[in-house]
Amino acid sequence: MFRYVLKRIGLMFLSFIIIMTACFFLVKMLPLVVNATLGQDAEIAEAQIVARGYRDPILVQYVAYIRRIITQWDWGVGVNMPEYVGQGVWGVFIEKLPPTVLINAYSTLFAVPLGILLGVYAALKKNSWQDHAVSTLVMVLVSAPSYVTAFLVQYLLCFKLGWLPLTMGAGTEYFTWETFRSMLPAVFSLSFGSIAGYARFTRAELTEVLTGEYLLLARAKGLTRRQCVTRHALRNAMVPVFPSVIAEFIAVMSGSLIIEKIFAVPGVGRLYLTAITSLDYDFFMMLSAFYTFIGLVAGIVVDISYGFIDPRIRVGEK
Amino acid sequence: MQENSTEKIIENKGFQFADKSVRNDKETFSAEPVGYFKDAWRRFKKNKASLVATIIIGSLILFAVLAPIFSPYTVAYQDDYYKFRTPKNPVFSRMGWDFWDGCSKKTLPEHTFYYYLAMGEETNRTPIKRNEYEKISTDKGEYYSFRLDGYEEIGCVFLSLTNAEYERLQRYQDKTLTQVLYPTTDPALRPDEKINPKLSTDANYWYEYKWITGRDENGATIKQKVLAPVFDENGDFKNIYAKYSGKDSYFSSMRTEGEIPLYDYAIPNQTGVEVRVNYYEYYRYYHLEVLKDGIEEPIFLFGTTQAGKDVFTCLGSGARLSFFLAFTVSLVNMLIGGIYGAFEGYYGGGIDLAMERVSDILNAVPFMIVITLLKMHLGETSQLLVLFIAFFLTGWISMAKRTRMQFYRFKNREYALAARTLGASNTRIMVKHIFPNAIGTIITGSVLSIPATIFSESSLSYLGIINLNTGNMTSVGTLLSNAQPYLTTYPYMILFPAGFICLLMLSFNLFGNGLRDAFNPSLRGVE
Repeated sequence: MFRYVLKRIGLMFLSFIIIMTACFFLVKMLPLVVNATLGQDAEIAEAQIVARGYRDPILVQYVAYIRRIITQWDWGVGVNMPEYVGQGVWGVFIEKLPPTVLINAYSTLFAVPLGILLGVYAALKKNSWQDHAVSTLVMVLVSAPSYVTAFLVQYLLCFKLGWLPLTMGAGTEYFTWETFRSMLPAVFSLSFGSIAGYARFTRAELTEVLTGEYLLLARAKGLTRRQCVTRHALRNAMVPVFPSVIAEFIAVMSGSLIIEKIFAVPGVGRLYLTAITSLDYDFFMMLSAFYTFIGLVAGIVVDISYGFIDPRIRVGEK
Repeated sequence: MQENSTEKIIENKGFQFADKSVRNDKETFSAEPVGYFKDAWRRFKKNKASLVATIIIGSLILFAVLAPIFSPYTVAYQDDYYKFRTPKNPVFSRMGWDFWDGCSKKTLPEHTFYYYLAMGEETNRTPIKRNEYEKISTDKGEYYSFRLDGYEEIGCVFLSLTNAEYERLQRYQDKTLTQVLYPTTDPALRPDEKINPKLSTDANYWYEYKWITGRDENGATIKQKVLAPVFDENGDFKNIYAKYSGKDSYFSSMRTEGEIPLYDYAIPNQTGVEVRVNYYEYYRYYHLEVLKDGIEEPIFLFGTTQAGKDVFTCLGSGARLSFFLAFTVSLVNMLIGGIYGAFEGYYGGGIDLAMERVSDILNAVPFMIVITLLKMHLGETSQLLVLFIAFFLTGWISMAKRTRMQFYRFKNREYALAARTLGASNTRIMVKHIFPNAIGTIITGSVLSIPATIFSESSLSYLGIINLNTGNMTSVGTLLSNAQPYLTTYPYMILFPAGFICLLMLSFNLFGNGLRDAFNPSLRGVE
C-alpha cells in the first residue's frame, strides 16, 4: 500500500511538472503585452520588462522561474491588471482565496448531509412515490446547468422574496453575519448540483447493499430493520461515497468560475477571468498551477482513500 | 421454494413420440430474428421517460434547424426602438388573451396614463390594451391600472428623412391608406430641455401640458419635473402642432384637416426634413417598402434583447451552433477515443501503460486552461476553431477510457480466442469480434457527452472566455450573459435561453440513461 501511494504521488508530480512546463513554454511563446501605466514612459516600462528577464531566451527564463519559486516562493508580479500592478502574484492569490474556500466549504457542509439523507430516504422507500419524487428532483437538479439554478436563486430568493442580497458583499470581513448572509445565494446555487449527485450516488449504493444476503441474515438473527440499516447497510454503502466527499473538500479550493461571476464573489475564479482577459501571464501561470494541482490531488486522494476505507479494494496490486 | 409446492406429475396421456423418420431441416423460424439493435430498441421503448425525452430532443433540433430559416429576422437584425420588448405570441394577442400578448400589467400615475391615452387619441393606435383601464385613488394621487402594449408604447418619434424619403413615405401612405406621418409639433412649444432633457426629444407630447412634480409607480416623488396635460373646456387634449408655414411639401391624401393646410408635417433641416411618425406604422413601411426583408409587423415571439435583437432567432441560431458543435465533437471524439482505447485495451502491457500515461496527463489539464492557451495562441478571430480544437484535444479521453475497459473485458473471451485460433488477424478480432460487444457502451458514452459539450460551450461563452457573437452567429451562453444584468427588470429575456438549455440537458440525460439501460440491461439503476 505504502509503495502504491508513493508511486501515485511520484506520478502525480511527474504529470504536474510536464503540464506546467508545457504551459510555461506555450505562454512564453506568446508576444508580451506591455501596458505602460498612466504617466509612465514606454521605455521605462520596457526596461522593467527587460530587468525582470522577460526578454531572455525561454529556457533561461524557465530555469530562473523555477529557481525563484523554489528558493523564494516567488511566482512573479502582476503586470497588466491595474489594481495588482507590481504586486506579488502569490500574495494577491492568498488574498482572494478566503471567499472562494468559504463559499465552497459552506456549500459542501450543506450539500453532503442533505444529499446523503435524501439518498438514504429514497433507497429505503425504493419504488414508492417518495423514491420517484426524489429521483425526479435529482434528475432535474443534475441536469439544470449551475448558472440556471443560480439565476433562479437570484431571481426568486434575492429579488422576488428579498430574503438575501443579490450579490456578495465587498470587504474582507468574512466572518460577520452580513457577509455570511450575502454568501448564501452562491452557497445554495453551488450545493444543488452536489445534493443531487450525492443523493443519486447514495441511493444507488444503498439499494445495492440492501439486497445483500448478509442483511437477510442480520434480519434473521433478530435485528430490527432500523438496526440493520444503520449498523450494516449504511456503513457499507458509505464506502464509495466517502472518498468523493473527501475529494469534494479538496476541490472546494478551486471553486466555480460561473457562480463567482454571477454573485460577484471576489474570489480566485474572478481573478483568473480578469487575468486571462488582461493577459497577465504570471497570474495565469500561477493559477493554472493551482487548478492543475488541486485536480491531481483530488484524483489521487479518491483512489488512495478507497484502499484505506475498503480493505477489499487493493488498488494497483496485482 | 414455491416451485416445490406446485410440482405436478405430468401424465403421458396427451403426448406421443415424434416420428424420427420425418426430419424437418428446412423449416425456418417463424419468429423474426431479433438483432442487437432491435433488442435494444424494444427495451428502450418500454422506458416512457426516455421516449418523451427523445421527442423533446427531436423538437429542439427541429427548432434549431427551422427557427432561423422561417423567422423573418436575422441574428444581425436589431432595432433601437424595439428593445426590451416583452414576448408576443400573435395567436394569443389575436385571441385577446391577457397572456404572452406583448403587454405587461402596469399601475401608473395619472400623468403617465394620460401620456399613453393621448397616444391613442391622436393615432388610434392605443398602447392601452382594449382601452380598458381601472382608476385607483390613493392618498398619494390618482393611479391607473391597465395592460400596456409594449409594441405600441413607443408611439410617435421624430425622424430625420431626406426629401426623397419623405416623398416616398407619402406615396406609401396614399397607396396603403395608412397614416404614418403626423403633424409635427411646434419646436417652440416642445418640452424645455433645461427642465427635463429626457422629455424634450419625446415626440409623444403633441398636447398642451404643464410642468408638475410627478410621482412614480410606488408613490415616491420624481426628482425631475414631469408633464401633465392641460385640457380644454370639453376635457379634450389641446394640440401644439406647428402652424402651416408654407415650406412643407406635404401633398399626401392622408392630410386630415381639409383643403386649407392647417399644420406643418415636416420641418426642414440640414439634410432634408424632420418629421413626426408613428413608429409602429413607420416600422412596417420601412421593412415592407424600403428593406423588403419579409418583416411585416414587429412581433417578437420570445421578446427582444437589450440591443433590440429578436430572441427567438438568436436562440434558434445559438441552438443550431450548439448542436452542430456537440454532434461534431461527439462524433470525432467517438472515432479518436474509440480507436485509441481499442489499441490500449487490446494490446495492453507496455503500449497500454505508455498510452494511458499520455491520456492521464492530458486529462489532468483543466479544460479552462486548455481553452485559454488556445485562445491566446490562435487569437480572437477564430473562436469557433478554438472551441473545436479544445474539445477535440481533451474530449476523447473519457471515450478512450470507456473503450479500453470494454476491450479489456472482451479480449480474453472464448470467442476472441477461437477467432485467433482460426487465424484471424488482430484487426479482424478487434473490429469484428470485440467492437460489436462494446458498441452499446460507446454509443451511450458519446450520447451522454453531447449535453456535456453543450454545457461547456454555453458556460464558456457565458463567461466571455469564448466570444461566439460575431456577425450572423451567436450562442446560448452569450444570450444568457447579455440577459443577466436585466434579470430583475426584464426576466423574460433570460427565461427562454435558460429554459431551452435546461430542457435540452434534462432530455439528453434521460435519453442517455434510457439508451444505457437498453444497451446494457444489467446496469439498470446504477447511476
